[in-house]
Amino acid sequence: MNITNLSKIALSALMRNKFRAFLTMLGIIIGVASVIAMLAIGEGSKKSIQQQISSMGSNLVMVMPGSQMMGGVQQGNASSKALETRDVTAIREACPSITAVSPEVRGGGQVVAGGNNWPTTFYGGDVNYLDIKKVEVKAGRMFTEQEVNAAAKVCLIGQTVADNLFGTEVDPVGQTIRFRNIPVKVIGLLEEKGENTFGMDQDDLLIGPYTTVQKRILAITHINAILSSAVSEEATTQAVTEITAAMRASHRQAEGEEDDFQIRTQAELVSTFSSISDILTTLLGAISAISLLVGGIGIMNIMYVSVTERTREIGLRMSTGGRGRDILMQFLIESVMLSVIGGIFGIVLGVVASSVIGNLTGWPIAVMPEAVALSFVVCTAIGIFFGWYPARKAANLNPIDALRFE
Amino acid sequence: MKKEIISIHQLRKDFHVGEVTVHALRSVDLSIREGDFVAIMGTSGSGKSTMLNILGCLDKPTSGSYLLDGTDVSNLSKNELARLRNLKLGFVFQSYNLLPRTSALENVELPLFYNNSVKPRERRERAMAALGAVGLADRVHHMPNQLSGGQQQRVAIARSLVNDPVVILADEATGNLDTRTSYEIMALFQDLNAKGKTIVFVTHEPEIAGFTTRNVHFRDGSIVKQHAVENPGSAREMLTTLPVETD
Repeated sequence: MNITNLSKIALSALMRNKFRAFLTMLGIIIGVASVIAMLAIGEGSKKSIQQQISSMGSNLVMVMPGSQMMGGVQQGNASSKALETRDVTAIREACPSITAVSPEVRGGGQVVAGGNNWPTTFYGGDVNYLDIKKVEVKAGRMFTEQEVNAAAKVCLIGQTVADNLFGTEVDPVGQTIRFRNIPVKVIGLLEEKGENTFGMDQDDLLIGPYTTVQKRILAITHINAILSSAVSEEATTQAVTEITAAMRASHRQAEGEEDDFQIRTQAELVSTFSSISDILTTLLGAISAISLLVGGIGIMNIMYVSVTERTREIGLRMSTGGRGRDILMQFLIESVMLSVIGGIFGIVLGVVASSVIGNLTGWPIAVMPEAVALSFVVCTAIGIFFGWYPARKAANLNPIDALRFE
Repeated sequence: MKKEIISIHQLRKDFHVGEVTVHALRSVDLSIREGDFVAIMGTSGSGKSTMLNILGCLDKPTSGSYLLDGTDVSNLSKNELARLRNLKLGFVFQSYNLLPRTSALENVELPLFYNNSVKPRERRERAMAALGAVGLADRVHHMPNQLSGGQQQRVAIARSLVNDPVVILADEATGNLDTRTSYEIMALFQDLNAKGKTIVFVTHEPEIAGFTTRNVHFRDGSIVKQHAVENPGSAREMLTTLPVETD
């Protein structure tokens, strides 16, 4: 008996009990659909995190202060004053894999304009700071090199700060605001970036020359971080090596001494946060996989019922020349058909459900082709696995007993 | 002398039920030739069902030899037995054993599905021919539940014929039917026999056995009597003697 004939027999057997076949498939349909939808949601959240992180800057490589020994006392990273502007110069001169480098200085405080005030953070950078951080100027202009050299009291204002200080009526460009009681002139308005993945408002900030923030506002000599752009994503690793060497040279660190700074790249951030989202995806996937398993057990159950119900049919098939193998294959094909047809419906439902969820919630949903392919393979495997025992039971029936079964 | 289709020699069959051994068949010798219409008779427990199972290659004898159309059945594997059943045997059961919700035509096609050398088109043609031979050419697409008992049994007979077997084994084939329908079915068997089909018919009704050409009586696992039927009755003639149905 060939596969075509067996498939015809299996199909006609399923068609004899359409509703029952549909109900049995339903378990698989729901299982596959939920696996696909859950993985799509998980993958979507991962993609959104990746987008958010890459919007933080172009091939960003950040140097941050590391732990330092001060008189035999180990200091925390954040309190470190390890970075200075000469480190920026050293990196600029020694690193060919870097296109742009800028110091970053930041300080929080209350900003006041007229009768309004608002707590925000004042970031200081060099003239290329906006390019590195991928921020655009919406109105007005960026500060110039002369203004950096002169530590001019000018700044660009984020949309959130502008809204809170001036409302929507007044143009903030040209106004003077006071940050920590120091008057600063607003020369530009920044393009909105919205919230990042971690719920931080990226528009709640002021940006000015680092010299201004460092000397006039915070009155410090160190800088908080060094931001740089690698020439390409692939060059990031090379850039890290170069920056490490330049920094160690600049800090005159001896061989074997631990770095007194840390380097973070976008790729690292992506992988850190992706791994969180991977755990989420795995969890969601595992929960849906359980429903798929339950669907498989449903198939096994109905196949057992079917074998018992059709004992006489099996006896008849054996008496007309069906071998045990033919009977086994017939029932196996039946259960595989149930699970695979169910799987196909489930894939369709899963894709539809994913896009519906995506539209309703606004989450970025990405249906993974791998998930679809995997579901299909898993369905076939479920059909074979859960169909095997009932089919074996059928194939091992004694034709004499089967024919006389009441 | 016609060709010997079934040749059984010193055949025994024992069943082990717990610690007790039941001798279902004890040293049976039986020979059936081409064109025979044999009735196997006996009360329940006489061994006639066991005999039919062995004749039908559904069961193997404990000892002794069984040659079916020249093939020694005793040493065949399960799969070889299945193939033998497919090619050389046709079964007709008391309770028809048709597949429910499956048309008469598809029911008749069933044995051909297990014969790889038969192509789909030939399968359909042969099934149509077999249904025509049992007088159901106009009922091919009916489901079993749309057919009367007699018509269902005709479908079953068509199914047993479709593979052109060397012998048809009927197990109480008229047991579920009324007198008139029984006669109709026996008339069909007689027609088939007249065309040269070899038929083995298990029954406990002497009247039905009277339509065959030879009777073999079983008792306690042995053949106690076998004789040719002199002037077997014609089922078709018997039909005319039945009172005309009034409804």
